[in-house]
Amino acid sequence: MQGGLERATGEKMVLNFGPQHPATHGTLRIVLELDGESVLKATPHAGYLHTGFEKLGEHLDYNQYIVVTDRMNYLSPLSNNFGYVLAVEQLLGLEVTKRCQYIRILMAELSRLADHLLWLGTAALDLGAFSVFLYSFREREKLYSIFEKTTGARLTTSYTRVGGVLRDLYAGCEEDVRQFVGNFPKALKETHTLLTRNRIWMDRTKGVGAISADDAINYGLTGPCLRATGVAHDIRKAEPYSSYDEVTFDVPVGTNGDAYDRYLVRMEEMIQSCGIVTQVLDNMPDGPVNLEDNKVTMPEKSDAYGHIEGLIHHFKIVMDGHGVQPPKGEHYCATESPNGELGFYIVSDGSGTAYRIRIRPPSFFHFQALPNMLEGGMVSDTVAVLGSLNVIAGELDR
Amino acid sequence: MNEEKEVEEQSKPLVLEKLETHHSDALLAQDEARGTIVVVVRKDQAYAVLEYLKTDPELAYTYLVDVTAVDNSQMESELMQFDYARFMVVYQLYSYQGQGRVRVKVPVHENDLSITSVTGLWQGANWLERETYDMFGINFDGHPDLRRILMPDDFEGHPLRKDYPLRGRGERERFNFDKQNV
Repeated sequence: MQGGLERATGEKMVLNFGPQHPATHGTLRIVLELDGESVLKATPHAGYLHTGFEKLGEHLDYNQYIVVTDRMNYLSPLSNNFGYVLAVEQLLGLEVTKRCQYIRILMAELSRLADHLLWLGTAALDLGAFSVFLYSFREREKLYSIFEKTTGARLTTSYTRVGGVLRDLYAGCEEDVRQFVGNFPKALKETHTLLTRNRIWMDRTKGVGAISADDAINYGLTGPCLRATGVAHDIRKAEPYSSYDEVTFDVPVGTNGDAYDRYLVRMEEMIQSCGIVTQVLDNMPDGPVNLEDNKVTMPEKSDAYGHIEGLIHHFKIVMDGHGVQPPKGEHYCATESPNGELGFYIVSDGSGTAYRIRIRPPSFFHFQALPNMLEGGMVSDTVAVLGSLNVIAGELDR
Repeated sequence: MNEEKEVEEQSKPLVLEKLETHHSDALLAQDEARGTIVVVVRKDQAYAVLEYLKTDPELAYTYLVDVTAVDNSQMESELMQFDYARFMVVYQLYSYQGQGRVRVKVPVHENDLSITSVTGLWQGANWLERETYDMFGINFDGHPDLRRILMPDDFEGHPLRKDYPLRGRGERERFNFDKQNV
């Protein structure tokens, strides 16, 4: 026996982590080279959920593609819808109505809350904190009811349209959202008491998966993962889009760039999002939600069914070669999605379908930087680090 | 009001000014569209320009946002403008020091599908260049690990090229499974 142990030391073991593993949340795969329990080398592999979204973008028209954006980050589809139509509208040179901008901010921030809540629940579940998972899913469920009432779907929301949104907020939406936002900080406090000073949670996340600010920028990390390293960069502040310059909020930052700081940053971001939602509701302007431009936005259904002009406009927009046609040119538009910088680079040849759509997904960069955070750590840290990054396979592989 | 506008038009963005001074022979075209500065750069000097943009202390484009490519084979106007180069490799950069965004585009001819890798400047370029290679078949010289990333290793062809059909080249038909046991 003794001889066997001696032989075992210094021998490397290769462990295949994923693509089907309960802690990978999607089809991710990491090949770990281990010496005992220490990670010598980690090689992430992507592509298991590649769906050809960019190719599809060259074959669908500008409004049809909104449906595809739902599937990219399926935890915050409303943010994706928002980012995509913003890019198309900027390419068209359109500015949507004030009320529409506010509704979009409202939904984007609620979806940030939903995304962070799911992240919180699963990241804690991976490290054994089961009750946190239940608490965060309880809150997330309330948000999903609001999404369902607003958009008609819980996950495949497809809420935005070029030039507007699918429909105005439902009657009673404000009360529902206010009630949620009113209760939420208290509910989040429960989680704080469960995790923030919890000995096990701190031991498993503090100093784990740390990355320096320089490395984070070099690897292209964005969003909470970048801010956890101390870089106070938020696209909502740096390049305000929609009406983000009219709301006030703080950009929380960490110091160490480890899993614990990413946790704290996301927790504080949720509180800030609640603040934004309240401000948006307080100042929600009246007026139309959609642009009254029949070349861009669909007419009301009653108009399409009841009037010949409405029918013609409706028909024109869905007919290939008559609908939304941005001028020839290209545009890159970045928005702050819950995970970081979500960019759409659209090249238009002047026709009704894009010549090229490129999606710049935040998770792609976070997953790429994984070896930097894992190597030198323990194999059990892999789960903690992967959980803290919130890599979404749908947007990683597109 | 008019005077103000004139002054604004006269003052060039810093990045364009600096590129004109230091890399004027590399610039093929420049443009400012929808708030983003776009420069088209000669391929043999692309690395030098990108390195300059990153390391110049005033510009400090330290964040490589994206690397991708566009197959311009069905975009006649672009082809004509850049000597019938089929591909355009597109780099998006961002400066945390307030210079905003810049887009660097590099024409790549089909008979010489290679360009210098920028993995030495940005670690984040590694996967981006792999994806561009995977989707367009553009080789990045000096890349440490240039292999497919999204498509399977044994995949043939480059799906985002314009001549690659949307439904693939028979992958569905050739998909092997045991029909007896279905």
